[in-house]
Amino acid sequence: MSLEREPEPSSPPTAPTPQMDAAPLRAPAIVNFVAASGPVAEEGPPSPIRQYLRARGNGGLADGTFAAVMLVCALSIFAIVLFILTILIARSRMSLAQFGFGFFTRSAWNPVTGDFGALPFIYGTLATSLLALAMAVPLALGVAIFLSELCPAKLRAPISFLTELLAAIPSVVYGLWAVFVLVPIVRDQLGPLLVKYLGWTGFFEGANFGVGLLTASIILAIMILPIISSITRDIMLAVPVSQREAVLALGATRWEMIRTGVLRNARIGIVGAVILGLGRALGETMAVTMVIGNHPDISRSLFAPANTLASVIAGEFSEATSSMYISALIEIGLALFLVTIVVNAIARALVWAVTRGAPARVH
Amino acid sequence: MGVGIDVEHLNAWYGTNHTLQDINLNIPANHATALIGPSGCGKSTFVRCLNRMHETNPIARATGVVKMGDVDIYKDASPVDIRRRVGMVFQRPNPFPTMSIYDNVASGLKLNGFRNKAILDETVERSLKAAALWEEVKDELKKKSGASLSGGQQQRMCIARALAVDPEVLLMDEPASALDPVSTSKIEDLIFQLKSQYTIVIVTHNMQQAARVAENTGFFLNGKMVEFNSTDKIFTTPSDKRTEDYITGRFG
Amino acid sequence: MSATPIPTVTPSGEDGPLRPPTDFQTRRMRLNSARRYAVNHLVTGLAVLSTVLVIVPLVAILGYLIYKGASSLNLAFFTHIPAPVGETGGGMANAMLGSGIILALASSMGVPVGIAAGVYLAEYGWGTMLGMAVRFTADVLNGIPSIVMGIAAYSLIVMRQMHFSAFSGGVALAIMMVPTITRTTEEMLMTVPHAIREAALGLGVPKWRTVISVSLRTASPGIITGCMLAFARVAGETAPLLFTAFGNQFWSFKLNEPIAALPLQIYVYAISPYDEWHRLAWAGALVLILMIMVSVTLVRIYAGRGILKGAS
Repeated sequence: MSLEREPEPSSPPTAPTPQMDAAPLRAPAIVNFVAASGPVAEEGPPSPIRQYLRARGNGGLADGTFAAVMLVCALSIFAIVLFILTILIARSRMSLAQFGFGFFTRSAWNPVTGDFGALPFIYGTLATSLLALAMAVPLALGVAIFLSELCPAKLRAPISFLTELLAAIPSVVYGLWAVFVLVPIVRDQLGPLLVKYLGWTGFFEGANFGVGLLTASIILAIMILPIISSITRDIMLAVPVSQREAVLALGATRWEMIRTGVLRNARIGIVGAVILGLGRALGETMAVTMVIGNHPDISRSLFAPANTLASVIAGEFSEATSSMYISALIEIGLALFLVTIVVNAIARALVWAVTRGAPARVH
Repeated sequence: MGVGIDVEHLNAWYGTNHTLQDINLNIPANHATALIGPSGCGKSTFVRCLNRMHETNPIARATGVVKMGDVDIYKDASPVDIRRRVGMVFQRPNPFPTMSIYDNVASGLKLNGFRNKAILDETVERSLKAAALWEEVKDELKKKSGASLSGGQQQRMCIARALAVDPEVLLMDEPASALDPVSTSKIEDLIFQLKSQYTIVIVTHNMQQAARVAENTGFFLNGKMVEFNSTDKIFTTPSDKRTEDYITGRFG
Repeated sequence: MSATPIPTVTPSGEDGPLRPPTDFQTRRMRLNSARRYAVNHLVTGLAVLSTVLVIVPLVAILGYLIYKGASSLNLAFFTHIPAPVGETGGGMANAMLGSGIILALASSMGVPVGIAAGVYLAEYGWGTMLGMAVRFTADVLNGIPSIVMGIAAYSLIVMRQMHFSAFSGGVALAIMMVPTITRTTEEMLMTVPHAIREAALGLGVPKWRTVISVSLRTASPGIITGCMLAFARVAGETAPLLFTAFGNQFWSFKLNEPIAALPLQIYVYAISPYDEWHRLAWAGALVLILMIMVSVTLVRIYAGRGILKGAS
């Protein structure tokens, strides 16, 4: 295809003429090639479009205002955290001053005499959460493994959809079901079974009315299962396929491939997912309140009624009459807030380390 | 009509990477100027400095003087003003997926608040004709989404979109590299027809395309502009050995 | 798979005649293989078992809800307020309306702020330290127990005004919606290809207009989905309303008075000693969960897993 030069229709007097001599090899080719610093003589006035666009402001003020508004809204996230912190500290001043740090090491809880100590609730929270984790984590891992590695493709979407549905059920609905279905089961069927086979451990003494630590732990386990499973599944999917293939190429069975190729790489993230589940369990309120028995006691028996930090607030706040009572309850809320912030921050950091946080921008 | 561009001592960085080193050249008005060079030598960065798109990247920086006509585009005008006068066509077609063909082509005007329907209609028609796309889409202007066209059609629509705001300079960053040969030749024909009305700067790593389309060519290497001359001279009797090596295919 | 004998070489290194492997080697290798396969099957079985054990409570709960609640879903349920104690009939209409009012209030406050914060993260703060800090804090906030939000709203508004109100309930729920919507908005904006932003900027469109007319417009289906998800999530929350909206046995339209809400009413009825109220609680729970399931299903159809991951 030969290079055809069509004659230029209305060529302005700037026909290119190379001025340069054959320069030595090393000199940079700076060329005042064409003296074209001025605009070409325009044919007539600028078009209405050019006029319009030239006259239109460059939107500097609007840009700045818009960016500022977005920034303020983003900062509101920090403001929310600070606001909660300051208001809770402010309103619990009374009991903070009265009991100091000992608030969390004392077992008294007597609204009448004004003597408050949060230890029973710490015990209740820890006992139910850890027991719930012990029940939920193996199951959640099993579901995550099943969904990400073993599940036939057609079943994958429905089953993962069902687990997500589990996460969407409100706490109060779980509580309702637990009160009328789970409590009788624990009282009439599960309880005697546990006493019969595991009574020797000493965890199943005393009267069993169906409400108590055990029932609360069970419903809690059901509730935290979806989030642990969902995040574990994401983490497992984030492990590159090459890792799996490398292990398989060495002759491993399916499970060995999962164990060494996937879980080993993902264990930090899985720990994070578990801690996230713990964070959720620590703060779960409604379902726990409805089946835990609402009694500020520390007891080894899992059948005993108890209270958690969240459930004591939910259960007793509306009856709190004295300022000290309210202050003590708000202080418990403050403790709950701080603990869940720390637990969630650790968990999110671990999960982020494995999945690198927000997805990359698409270029 | 187009304006000429004078570049003096242009340096550009991406973070600590000194991407463009002391570029000096004059791009004549109403002509097509091609920029060639191996990948990663700074051609795209240079072109993005001409309409101040370079600075949209948070770690990017540029110093030097770039004059469009009389206007120093970095000191005398805001980026938004400059970009309204300089149109850009990107390597991959990037139509707005939520807008119809009509809205896509008119977007430069509509998104800047232009409301006159008669002029909009006329501008869209004119731009699509200039981009040689009018016949193919004129019946479905408002019904079809911009993203539902073929690759070559999308790129021509993007050219129409850039033309609709009546720019003085048209920058094209490897406009045909993602397209099939038929679309490519259509776009080259387009550039040939447009260059009498606009100043066109086209980045290409296809030397034959530069030879076909442009009057002047600049050769970039490793962030420096090695040689700038008429296309004829560059391709037949280059002054710099590096240019000759590149043209004859010894590297790149 | 049976073990194949390993060819051996004599100690001196020469290629002597191939000696058959010892019995010990073969048998151990065979046992090892068998054991590994047994473990594999066992683990597969356990995984399937756990999945079944997870699905069972879900089906049990849903089934029981339908069984107990469906019969009570008549017109009266949706149009009447609760009957006095001891009488049969009545409904939860005021609770449903109250929930609607509180949610509208919460959305009006939480959705704009959340979307704006998400816009900041995706369009202005991407990659900056501030952006990362905001994102991290939003994620952490998503895990804070809702009762803490309730107490905070109580401390700020109810204590000062000396009465419960729908407004304080709306504030408590709005605080919960903001971090969720922020993260989902950010994730959806990140899916907008950078190239079309550049196209708009290259045309001389100012940045603010680019964000609104290109980024937000392209991502709007996903952003709306994210808002629906946050809405569904707070619609079922009880704890933040316990000491803010407080509940009301009658119709209430004023934002400055206590107001009924569906999950709150379910709770109160569930722990009460009256059978009639238990019946209403089941029906209310069924309505609540149907609403939430519809929203989750719509979200699923529309946006897939990404959205739900961001909000958890």
